Amino acid sequence: MNAPLTSLADTVGGWFARTPEPVLAVEQAALRSDRFRLEREADWKRLEAIVSRMEAGRLSRISDEDLLALPVLYRTVASSLSIARETSLDAGTLAYLEGLTQRAWFLVYGPRVGLGGWLRRFFGGGWGRAVRGMGLDLAIALAVMVAGAIVGWLLVASDPGWYSALVPGDGSDPRVPGASRAALRATLYGSQGDDGLGLFAAALFNNNAQVSILAFALGFAFAVPSLLLLVHNMGGLGAMLWLFHGAGLLPDFAAWLMVHGTTELLAILLAGAAGVHIGRSMAFPGELAVLDAAAQAGRRGAQVMVGVVLMLIVAALLEGFARQLIDDALARAAIGLFMLVFWIGYLFAWRPGTPNRNSAPE
Amino acid sequence: MKALSGKGAVQPGRPRPQLDSDRRRRSVTTPEGIALGFTVASRASRAGALMIDLALIFTLMLVITLLLAYLLFGVIGLPQSRLEQSGGAGKSALQFLGVLWIIAMFLVRNAYFMWFELRPRGATPGKRLAGIRVAARPNSGGGVGQLTADAVIARNLLRDIELFLPVMFYAQASAEGGDMGAATIAGLAWVTTFLAIPLINRDHLRAGDIVAGSWVVEAPRAQLSALLVSGETAREGRSTVTGARFSFSEAELGAYGEYELQVLERVLRDDRDENLAEVARTICAKIGWEPGEGDDRAFLTAYYTQLRARLEQGMRFGQRKADKFAGKT
Repeated sequence: MNAPLTSLADTVGGWFARTPEPVLAVEQAALRSDRFRLEREADWKRLEAIVSRMEAGRLSRISDEDLLALPVLYRTVASSLSIARETSLDAGTLAYLEGLTQRAWFLVYGPRVGLGGWLRRFFGGGWGRAVRGMGLDLAIALAVMVAGAIVGWLLVASDPGWYSALVPGDGSDPRVPGASRAALRATLYGSQGDDGLGLFAAALFNNNAQVSILAFALGFAFAVPSLLLLVHNMGGLGAMLWLFHGAGLLPDFAAWLMVHGTTELLAILLAGAAGVHIGRSMAFPGELAVLDAAAQAGRRGAQVMVGVVLMLIVAALLEGFARQLIDDALARAAIGLFMLVFWIGYLFAWRPGTPNRNSAPE
Repeated sequence: MKALSGKGAVQPGRPRPQLDSDRRRRSVTTPEGIALGFTVASRASRAGALMIDLALIFTLMLVITLLLAYLLFGVIGLPQSRLEQSGGAGKSALQFLGVLWIIAMFLVRNAYFMWFELRPRGATPGKRLAGIRVAARPNSGGGVGQLTADAVIARNLLRDIELFLPVMFYAQASAEGGDMGAATIAGLAWVTTFLAIPLINRDHLRAGDIVAGSWVVEAPRAQLSALLVSGETAREGRSTVTGARFSFSEAELGAYGEYELQVLERVLRDDRDENLAEVARTICAKIGWEPGEGDDRAFLTAYYTQLRARLEQGMRFGQRKADKFAGKT
């Protein structure tokens, strides 16, 4: 009746439901390789439809039947590709088959666990396994951190002028050499009345997370910058230890530091060790090719780093709230020690059974 | 990882141009033993994708910041004076939004790439627009594994030192009144070093790809094109316009090989009259026919069909003819 309207309706309808192109009858084909294509085209189109839906992330719209058919259809199309390469010169069909096989391959051999499954495996022992896989690197990072703190202490002890170089301050910080015992004590206790603890914690976390990501990522340059970063950070700590030691406040300072410090320093140790792990595996790849060794170390390091970020969140909460709200050295030390025992127990002592088959290749 | 060789292989001394996309082809063997051809993404498309992503991240940060500012001043309607008082309700609201802002910025900067690259498409919006995706790199044995969450996390943590670190140093130097000239030079040197890494290796790997065992390849997007020849007229080589029937002898079909056949396929699929006429004239001259004024398309379709039938028959017997030069010397 009104043709333009009908065609418009068809066009609009076509946007939403792509009507399948009519497949030609096999007898219509002029060439043998085209007959081969026409006989299998329905399977190809079905796989393409499933793959497109999965790529769009609409898993709920895929029937169980289609999901079960995916690996079978993938093998069908893959074998069609092998045959077509040997028998057909139709470049259009070959390009289509190659593309479709690749897209299906990405899905069939894609990450089998979602984010939820990955997290479950991560907390259920994967994190500890990744950490324990870097034993020597942990030892190296720990030694460097201890050495850094000692060097910081010794430098400031020999010349207090080093203090300002090791501990960058903004001028208003009372924690400088020559400060009175009372002034130093005031920085450790009596901040319960402060508001803005939440903001403080968030800012602390943001800063620490960036520094530890840096320590990990710089491992790429054969670990040297990671180690320098550790020395620099721990040098500042050593200098502050010296300062409070001079005022006879060392136990109070240690307790003040331990609340969050056991978690935070452990996190920095892990990040540094992950950096060293990458650098060491690239410098001494052993039996593997350099690129393979780097990839293996990088994947293990990435797991450790996710854990480091989580630990830093805990540390920031402890630093922002627990330390400011609890004003007693003994209670602070108890919290810090408890966290230390918890982390070591969780990461090193707790070893759940062997991972299942779906775990990441090491 | 060896370059894919096959029907497209160029023989030495042959004047056929090698395309850049051919140089970027890599063959990977799947567990089923099928050689899949991957095309490593060009540096230009990766740079373009990064620009789009950075623009999106920046927009996202701006929108979040404006939204929070609007919440603070527009919805709650906080007067400036209330902010000055210590310990008041205004200060708490400001603090809460401040925490929200810091967390949002951290997530946008660090989780944007990870979230999108862990989806089934393996691509951020920028990569999708550029037609590329992240995939697991085959190991040196040629076998290929799956792209794991660990790999995606690792490649994006490295992005921090490649991209954001110089920006951070620069901001710090400017905030503390440091030497801006030195900061600029150091920042530029830093960025140049990391930019040089994808320039000097064959697979265009950046530092993050090396550490994660990933690479960026072109995402396959081919549509199945319609059959070029079908029906009775094509089978018999008859023109529907003039009624002429084209039939070629063995010698006339032997003039060309697979490369020319696929060029002809492209010409027929494009279906532009001036190209069809030009190609028809060239083929006529080559095989010694008199170029007719009739139906160029029918002539070319017939030649294509019969040439393909001949070449494919040769394939079935294990004889391939790569191009018109093959088998002459």
